[in-house]
Amino acid sequence: MILVGELSLWVAILMAAWTTMISWAGGWQRRPDLIFSGERAMYATFAFTLLASIGLWYALFTHDFSLRFVASYTSRNLPSVYTFTAFWAGQAGSMLFWSLVLTMYAALAVFLNRNNLRRMMPWVTGTLGVVCLFFLCATAFGANPFERLDWVPVDGRGMNPQLQNPGMAIHPPMLYLGYVATAIPFAFAIGALVTRQLDGEWLGAVRRWSLLSWFFLTIGIALGMWWAYVELGWSGYWAWDPVENSSALPWFTGTAFLHSIMIQEKRGMLKKWNVTLVVLTFLLSILGTFITRSGVIESVHAFAQSDVGPWFLTFLILATILTAILVSTRLQDMQAQAELESMVSREAAFLYNNLVLVAIAFTTLWGTLFPILSEWVQGEKITVGIPFFNSVNTPLGLMLLALTGIGPLIAWRRASTANLKRQFITPVAVGLLTVAGLLAFGMRHFYALVFYGLAAFVATTIVQEFVKGIGARRRMYDEGLFAASGRLVMRNRRRYGGYIVHFGVVVMFAGFAGMFFKKDFTEVELKEGETYVAEDPWGSRWSFTSQGLSRYETLNRLNTAVTLEVARDGKPMGYMVAEKRQHFDAQKNATFEPSTEVAIRESAKQDVYVFFSGLMDEQTAVLHIHFNPLVQWVWLGGFIMAFGGIIVMWPQAERRERGYVAELAPQHESALVGVGG
Amino acid sequence: MKARSKFLLGGLLVLGTSGVLMASSAKETAQYFLTPTELANKIEANPRFVKAGVKIGAAVVNGTIQRAPDGRSVTFKMTDTTTTYTVHYKGVIPDTFTDGVGVVVEGRLNDEGVFEATTLLAKCASRYENEPGMPGAEGGMPGGGMPKGAYPSSPTYQSSKTSAG
Repeated sequence: MILVGELSLWVAILMAAWTTMISWAGGWQRRPDLIFSGERAMYATFAFTLLASIGLWYALFTHDFSLRFVASYTSRNLPSVYTFTAFWAGQAGSMLFWSLVLTMYAALAVFLNRNNLRRMMPWVTGTLGVVCLFFLCATAFGANPFERLDWVPVDGRGMNPQLQNPGMAIHPPMLYLGYVATAIPFAFAIGALVTRQLDGEWLGAVRRWSLLSWFFLTIGIALGMWWAYVELGWSGYWAWDPVENSSALPWFTGTAFLHSIMIQEKRGMLKKWNVTLVVLTFLLSILGTFITRSGVIESVHAFAQSDVGPWFLTFLILATILTAILVSTRLQDMQAQAELESMVSREAAFLYNNLVLVAIAFTTLWGTLFPILSEWVQGEKITVGIPFFNSVNTPLGLMLLALTGIGPLIAWRRASTANLKRQFITPVAVGLLTVAGLLAFGMRHFYALVFYGLAAFVATTIVQEFVKGIGARRRMYDEGLFAASGRLVMRNRRRYGGYIVHFGVVVMFAGFAGMFFKKDFTEVELKEGETYVAEDPWGSRWSFTSQGLSRYETLNRLNTAVTLEVARDGKPMGYMVAEKRQHFDAQKNATFEPSTEVAIRESAKQDVYVFFSGLMDEQTAVLHIHFNPLVQWVWLGGFIMAFGGIIVMWPQAERRERGYVAELAPQHESALVGVGG
Repeated sequence: MKARSKFLLGGLLVLGTSGVLMASSAKETAQYFLTPTELANKIEANPRFVKAGVKIGAAVVNGTIQRAPDGRSVTFKMTDTTTTYTVHYKGVIPDTFTDGVGVVVEGRLNDEGVFEATTLLAKCASRYENEPGMPGAEGGMPGGGMPKGAYPSSPTYQSSKTSAG
C-alpha cells in the first residue's frame, strides 16, 4: 500500500503535466477532444494524489518506521487522532496534504464548470494543472514523505506535545484549505485574461471560491490564535511573527477582493483592480508558504531550511512575471464602464475599504520582509518589532472598522443628504453616547475610546438594518418575528450574511481592544496552603490558595499539577489546575522538553490565566498570574464571522436562474429600505 | 473626474500617514539581527557597540542548559560554530527550548561578556526539524536536515533534561 502510494505520487505528476499541455493545446486550437481529455486528466491527478495520501496514512497507522516521516512524527503510543493528524505535522507530509487539497479543489472546479465558460475553461484547467504540477514536484523532489531510512527504528520519535492539542490538529488543514483555494480564482483570472473575457462571467465563477478561501483562512487564523493563547503560556494570541503574518496577508487582500467584486458586478468598475487582487492573493499565499518553509526569515515557527524553498521561489518569480505580462497586454480589455461620481457614495466607501486593507497587507508584508530587504540594501539584517506593526495597523484597523459601518448603508453613486441623515443619525448618536458613557466611567485610553465608539456605531448600523428589514417583512407578508428574521436572512444571504460577518468583526475588535487594559502579570511562589491576592483590571480582588502539588501518569506522559482554590472578593469561584507535562515513549524514556498546560478561567469580562512556570523546590510552585480582559470576545467574534461566512456561501437555489447580478440586488430591498440609486 | 481626484487625494492622505507611521516606528523598533560572529566583529570594529541592544540568532550548545529549578531563569551557551556566547535569560522559558534548538534572543552583553537576554524565542516545535549546519543539532533527531541514515538509536532521547520534576 505504501509502495502504491509512492508510485501514485509519480503518476499524479505525469497526469498534472498531461492536464496542462493538453488543456492549453485544446484551448489554443479549440479542439473539444483535447479539452475533454485535459479535464479527465485533472480528475485523474486528484485520484492519484488521493491514493498517494492514503498510502501515507496507511504507513502512519501501521507504524512503518522505515519511512523517515513516520519515524520523525509518530510513535507507537501516540493517540490515534494524532496519528491521523501527523499527516500534516511535518514538512513532507504537509506538502502532500497541500497537493491533495489543491488537486481536489482543481478537480471540483473543473467538474462544476464542465458545462459553463467553455472558451475559458481549457485555460483555467491548464493553469490549475501547472499549479498542481508544481506542488506535486515540490513534494516528490523537495520533501518526499515516502523517503526511507536505511534501517528501521524500534519506535518513532513521537509527536511534539504542543501539537497534541485539538486546535493544532485542525488549525493547519484549515489554513491549507484557505491558502490553496486562492489558486482557483487565480486560474480563472488567467483564463479570463487569455481569452479576454473579462466582463463578469469569471467573477461569478470565482466569487464562491474566494469566499471559501476567506472562510477557511478566517477559521484557520482564529484557531491559530487560540492555540497560541492556550498552549504557549505567554497569554497573548498574536505576535506579528512572520508565519502569523503570512497567513494574514492573503486574508487581507482576499477580503478586499470580496468587497471590490461588488463594485464590478454593480457598476462595471475596478476590472483591473479585481484581477490584480485575485492574482495578488494567490501570490501572497505562495509567498507565505515560501516564508514558512524555506527558513529565509527567522521565525519561531519556521520549518527547517529545506529543499522546497527554491521551488517556491522559482514558481513565485515565474508566476509574477508571466501574470504581469498577461495583464499588461490586456489592459485595453479592462476599461471601466463607469466613473466614480461622488466621494459620498458606496463606491467610494468600498474603495477606501480596499485601500485600507491593502495598506494593512503592505505594512505587514514590509515589516515581515524587512530583514531581507535591509540585508539587500545595507548588507545587514535588521528586524522591526511588534510596536511597528501595532503603531501602523491600529489606526488603519480603526479606519476599517468605521468603513464597516459606513459602506453598507451609504447609497450607490451619490448619497443624498436625506439618505445620510436617515441612515446615520441613530448609529452616530449611539457611538457618541458610548464614548461619553465610557468617559464618565473613567476610561481615558484614547484608542480604546475610539475603538468602542466605532464598535457601537457599527453594531447599531447592523441592528438598524435588521430591524428595518424584519419590520418591512412583517408588514408586507404578515409574518411573525422569528419567521420574518429567518426569511430575511435566508432570502438575502449575501447581504445579511455579510452583516453577520461584520458583526463578528465588531465583536472581535472589542476583544482586541481589551488588551489595552491588560496589566503586567505577577509572578508568585506558592507552597501548599499559601494564598496570593491580586486585583484584576475591573477592580475585583482575587485570591489564589494553593492546594498543593500532585503527580500522576497518563497514557504517554507524567503530569505535575498544581491546584488552586480561587475566590473573587471572598466569593468561592472553584478550582484551577495548571500542569507541567513530561511526555515519554513506550520505554518510559522522556521525550521532548516538559510542556505546559495553562489553567484558564474564562468569562465574558476577562480570563484568569495561570501559567505553571516551574518548581522552586519540591513543594513550591512558581506561577504567572495574568488577567486578560475580554479575550473570549475574540474567539466569539471569529465564530460569528465564520457563521456569517457559511450563510453567505450557502447556495441559494431559487435565485440561481436569475444570475449573480440578481442575487446581489434583491429588487425589493431598495424599496424597503429606501436606498435609492 | 472631480470625485476621482478627491478620492485619490484622500487615498494619498491615508497612505502618506501610514507611510510616516511606518518610517517612524521602523526607526524606533529596528534592531540588528546578527549571528554571534557578526556581533563579535561589530564589537571589535566599534567597542561602543557592546551597549547596543541586538537580536541574535544561534543554536543552543548541547548540554549547556542550566535551568534554575524554579523555572524562572536559565543560563546556556549559544553558538554559530565560530563564536560562542554565554546567555543568561530570566522570564518565561518556551516549552520548545531544548538542546540544539535554534533560538533568537534579544538583549545586550553585560560587563562580564555574558549576553543578558530579555526575550528568548525557541523555534516552534510544530515543525521540529533540525537545520542542517546548525552545530547544536548534531545530537540528532530525525528531521529534514539530517543526512540519510543518521537516525540515532534511542539513548539520545534521554539526553534532554527533565527539569519540571
